[in-house]
Amino acid sequence: MSELDLAQAVLAGDRLALARTLSHVENNTTEGRSTLSKLFAHTGHAHLVGVTGASGTGKSSLVNQLARYYRHPGEGLLPLRVAVVAVDPTSPFTGGAILGDRIRMRDLAGDPGVFIRSMATRGSLGGIASTTAAVVQVLDAAKFDMILIETVGAGQSEVEIAHLAHTTLVVEAPGLGDDIQAIKAGILEIADVLVVNKADLPGVENTERALRGSLDLAHPLPQRIRHHGQFETVPGQDDRIEAAEPIWETPIIRTVAIEGTGIPELVKAISDHRTHLDATGGWVLRERWRLKTELDMLLTNRLVEGFYTSLPAGVYDNTLQDMLERRISPYQAVEKLIEMVI
Amino acid sequence: MSERKIRVLIAKPGLDGHDRGAKVVARALRDAGMEVIYTGLRQTPEMIAEAALQEDVDAVGLSILSGAHMALVPRVLELLKANGQEHVKVFLGGIVPDEDVPVLLELGVMGIYGPGTLSNTYTNEIHKAVIAART
Repeated sequence: MSELDLAQAVLAGDRLALARTLSHVENNTTEGRSTLSKLFAHTGHAHLVGVTGASGTGKSSLVNQLARYYRHPGEGLLPLRVAVVAVDPTSPFTGGAILGDRIRMRDLAGDPGVFIRSMATRGSLGGIASTTAAVVQVLDAAKFDMILIETVGAGQSEVEIAHLAHTTLVVEAPGLGDDIQAIKAGILEIADVLVVNKADLPGVENTERALRGSLDLAHPLPQRIRHHGQFETVPGQDDRIEAAEPIWETPIIRTVAIEGTGIPELVKAISDHRTHLDATGGWVLRERWRLKTELDMLLTNRLVEGFYTSLPAGVYDNTLQDMLERRISPYQAVEKLIEMVI
Repeated sequence: MSERKIRVLIAKPGLDGHDRGAKVVARALRDAGMEVIYTGLRQTPEMIAEAALQEDVDAVGLSILSGAHMALVPRVLELLKANGQEHVKVFLGGIVPDEDVPVLLELGVMGIYGPGTLSNTYTNEIHKAVIAART
């Protein structure tokens, strides 16, 4: 299939073309980049929902239930087209991966309004792969209304999903740690909606109390201001982009994913967040933030790659050897290499 | 640019619940550097073909110990073809009687790896078959 055909076929709803395009984009091929460039104008419509949390909290089962709900919303509501991007880790030793999230998503089989794609992290450490953003763009162009992005089992610092999704769900379960875990920096800070899954297990009250306590004291993200119900502007790290996002009170929703308990409430929380973003201009802020993150990443990769290829042969190895023999420090090595190129 | 990973779907069609073999094979393929999409028990041929399409896999491994291979395998091959995925390599594990082996190979099955097969044997053969199909 030629590039033009591939982009057109994706827009026309051809599922094989979509699957192929996703592979091209994931492998960062020339064809993938040019197809994505053609599709990009058609993106920006889907609601991107990130689902993150520790291993075994039930992320895949929740995604399964959410997708089911969106496909069968009831009460004369139109079903939404749902894509799922499920990320699992790549082995740092062999480069292989077991992608097992589909096991929990069998209810979605046979529905042409659902498309599930598994991805391996391929060395990225932030909980998603470096090409997940691009994969999501292709699905967006393919006219999926909701895109659910499930991260790898994430503990404390895998917060990249917050730069990709419009709405981030952080999934917790009873019995995973004491209340100190809840006040550590990291994953709880990115939650737009907190989900306590497996809420039929003992200890659910303690888990919810700890989470609620940590939310009351929540340290605001740079772009989000929460000060006892008042708007307040604080300078961000980067004044070109940062602006105050109006207050959103993070709700805590109890679910039992395998039974479907709490799913309507969770769906409502997600759509409330969407309404909030639309009403307050937060949507535009997040879009800007999302695209800035991607631009920065691509720019950095391109510059670094270009830098290495423009180094004269042998210079890098010689510099490394100088460092090994303690003739120059790492800082001096960097200065030396940069001077060679500029 | 970046190296293209081999993607393999491992599925258990039919009704038997013995998934130890499928998990061992999934693990061996992972250790051979492949990305293995594991779909679990009791998959219909339709579910398998759909997953193979969405995941754009290079190969599909079916583990069958129920004796239903002569019904399930041709159906999976048919559906893959109908979806435009005739290039996808299909291999089998589990219990396949000797007299069925030539019939299945004739149908287009890439390899049949029963109990006792060394993991190197099938990882190497799958690797070779996939690379050959790409060029």
